[in-house]
Amino acid sequence: MTKFENTSSFSRRSVLLGGGALVVSVGAPMTLEMLASMQSAHAQGVKPPLTPDQLSSYIAVNADGSVSAYFGKMDMGHGLHVAIGQMVADELDVSFKSVKVIMGDTATSVNQGGASGSTGVQFGGKQMRVAAAEARRVLVEMAAGLLSTSADKLAVNDGVVNVGGDKAKRISYAQMIGGRYFNVQLDWNKKYGNPLYAPGKAKPKKPDELKIVGQPIKREDVAPKVFCQQDYCTDIKVPGMVHGRMIRPAVAGAVPVKVDESSIKDISGAKVVWDKGFLGVVADREWDAIQAAQKLKVEWSSVQPPFPDQAALYDHIRKAPVRKSEVEKQNGNVEDAFKNAARVIEAEYEWPFQSHASMGPACALVEIKDGHVTCWSGTQKSHFVRQGLAAMLEMPTDKVRVIWTPGPGSYGRNDADDAAMDAAVLAKAVGKPVRVQYMRDQGTGWDPKGPASTHHAKAALDASGKVVAYAFNSKGFSRVDVNTNGSKPYDTLAGQTLGVSLHSGDGFGVPAESYAFDSKKLGWETIPPLLDRASPLRNSHLRDPVGPQIHFASESFIDEVAAAVNADPIEFRLRHIKDPRDIAVIKAAAEKANWQTRPSPRRDQTGNTVSGRGIAYAQRSGTRVAVIAEVDIKRSTGKIWARKFTVAHDCGQIINPDGLVKCIEGNIVQGISRTLWEEVTFDNKAVTSVDWLTYPILDITETPEQVDVVLINHPEIAPSGAGEPSIRPVAAAIANAIFDATGVRIRRVPFSPERVKSALS
Amino acid sequence: MSQKFTLNVNGKPNTIDADPDMPLLYALRDDLGLNNPHFGCGLAQCGACTVHMDGQAIRSCITSVSSVGDAKIVTLAGLGTPEKPHPLQTAYVEEQVPQCGYCINGWIMTAAAFLATKKKPTDAEIKDALTGLKCRCGTHISILKAVKRAATMMG
Repeated sequence: MTKFENTSSFSRRSVLLGGGALVVSVGAPMTLEMLASMQSAHAQGVKPPLTPDQLSSYIAVNADGSVSAYFGKMDMGHGLHVAIGQMVADELDVSFKSVKVIMGDTATSVNQGGASGSTGVQFGGKQMRVAAAEARRVLVEMAAGLLSTSADKLAVNDGVVNVGGDKAKRISYAQMIGGRYFNVQLDWNKKYGNPLYAPGKAKPKKPDELKIVGQPIKREDVAPKVFCQQDYCTDIKVPGMVHGRMIRPAVAGAVPVKVDESSIKDISGAKVVWDKGFLGVVADREWDAIQAAQKLKVEWSSVQPPFPDQAALYDHIRKAPVRKSEVEKQNGNVEDAFKNAARVIEAEYEWPFQSHASMGPACALVEIKDGHVTCWSGTQKSHFVRQGLAAMLEMPTDKVRVIWTPGPGSYGRNDADDAAMDAAVLAKAVGKPVRVQYMRDQGTGWDPKGPASTHHAKAALDASGKVVAYAFNSKGFSRVDVNTNGSKPYDTLAGQTLGVSLHSGDGFGVPAESYAFDSKKLGWETIPPLLDRASPLRNSHLRDPVGPQIHFASESFIDEVAAAVNADPIEFRLRHIKDPRDIAVIKAAAEKANWQTRPSPRRDQTGNTVSGRGIAYAQRSGTRVAVIAEVDIKRSTGKIWARKFTVAHDCGQIINPDGLVKCIEGNIVQGISRTLWEEVTFDNKAVTSVDWLTYPILDITETPEQVDVVLINHPEIAPSGAGEPSIRPVAAAIANAIFDATGVRIRRVPFSPERVKSALS
Repeated sequence: MSQKFTLNVNGKPNTIDADPDMPLLYALRDDLGLNNPHFGCGLAQCGACTVHMDGQAIRSCITSVSSVGDAKIVTLAGLGTPEKPHPLQTAYVEEQVPQCGYCINGWIMTAAAFLATKKKPTDAEIKDALTGLKCRCGTHISILKAVKRAATMMG
């Protein structure tokens, strides 16, 4: 009878909070039974089921008055938990420091979709906000009963409810519910993942009532990282744990036909786990597992090398059969407009496969014990990995727990989910907890890749130079050849090597902008993967999935049309863009960058180093970004220095401006890297970009000297995402700046020195 | 095959049993429980595993335990504590540098060895000292701010 015992404490009209006793003044005499019944309506000692329709699944007030916010998403390095804590604290009227956001543990959170599509605040925060608002409503209602007044006469300060400024008449959240659980039903929309929404009766506060949202609160997880007090998933150890390493074929598609276990007999504790195409080793010590993986003699099946010459990649894409096509946006009669055009401008752009190349290769630890599975993983989607492990291990989902633990970097569906699944297969086979960390060549060479693509753009102009038709079509590999999470074995290397049936999906995308042309058609086509099973060139989501490639093409092309009509690139855009928030970000960036109105290219430079400026803009799920790049190009070497960026960013209501600026800076730098350097290389047999020499990224010596960020805050507009939108226009802004400087249009990424030099000569 | 090695790490001797060829990184992480040097590449290409060996920043992923000898090894945990932070640690917190943070060991340890010998470095000297280290999240701008801040603190 926990419930009863707790309520009885109120009958004594005195409870302890923190170190000191607080007197709770209750207006009218109350019986124990009255108190008990009032409280049991909203609070109980036993936790309700962890389902999306329970308030207790999101918010708990602890005995010490602190608040736990259970969050079914997780932070990938942008300080999302700070933003969520700010939103929760504001709605609950508690201090920011009293809120602890507990992320991505399937035992304490519901499936809110994981880190996905820049929706941490947009959808995750939206849910946490309504849950916190409902918690406050319920607590105030409880306090009204206990203080014998009506809820509208109560105010809340720092977790203490009081009667209109009367300090004697007050009661704290901790006194009412601390250490127990909300028993409050929410109105759940019956959806899981990103669309999950379960509001209560309370409405969140109006923007002008918010005090903590909008503050530049710092991340509290930085100090533990620099003082070595925080575990990454790579650091977790459990008793009896062994180390696993995976072995991949030198020719993609080959499977082991003979494995000579005697080749590792001298390595202490080394064991082979081999089933169909799945081949791994375990050993008690990590170095021994690495040695065993290197020394194991394996005979592989002879297969036809599956890949085309890399030089023929884009021809392959152009000629490949279309598996699925979609026109996502269309207005007017594009075909007729092109027939009647005075002038047609046409161009094609190309984007390579790119790797997540996370800072460390993925790592996961799986323990199977007493009918329960526990997995520590840096995955972006722990709830989905839970489903995948359950399916792979043939266990009920409720016997599987995935504990998200910060991993070595993640920008989408990287190798983390594959590692979790590989660790599970090894752990089951050897009957011990297994920690798997991939080696570098596996992290870069075998992660799911961002898809390669071609993009064809065409504009029809009338005699006056007005754009009367615009057609844009992407053709490339699917962004969901393997799905964006590891919930199904067929979407993981373990499942694919073990021979499960395949379910390659189709998806791409179209430019997100508001150019209002008389006729317009935006579409895409996907082609089959180069190798359908266990391919190092399988594709999935890589930061801003297909956004950088599509907008590299579309925003380069808009610049080409502007140049064709001898218009300033910003003036030309503003002629056609209709969305007021789009116009505002472009104007804000132009003003901050001191943009001088003139057509590109400039023709006044003769030296070896020439400079240019370029703009690109995009929308993304409600967010608007304009980026102006200023670059220097050394003509003799083709080397580009993306020297200065000006970013104007509108994601609606800003939760934490400093966190947002850091997030944008990271997007810009990673965007420069993707544009200037990054390209997965391969030969007929395998991926050959397998480390930092063969898959170079932007070096510190190439850092822009200045990144100016203009934040446009719209407190009245629900927040949209920021994790990805600002990487979207970077490539086009750089391409447009190169054109401005040199008059040369580069239509293929990356802009490596060799490619630029050759284009300039 | 395996031999006993006594490693002087963060001012304390530690005896381990290991294959002489085993990289120091695994001794630090698996035998001594010092998790701050990270496995990033195993190829000395990223810096995530950096430690100081007699004051020099070295890559522990390619340094065999048998080559360490009597050298004094210092890891990030030995560089400073919350009570007595190294200026770079203070600067990293002040500038809120990391995103995923997996790379910070390399930047801080490399910059610490550099700033110990170079007072008032120029921006170009800082960049040159750090070239080759990797940060995949793209925190380059904050890294440079933090190193400059620490350089100023160290006079």
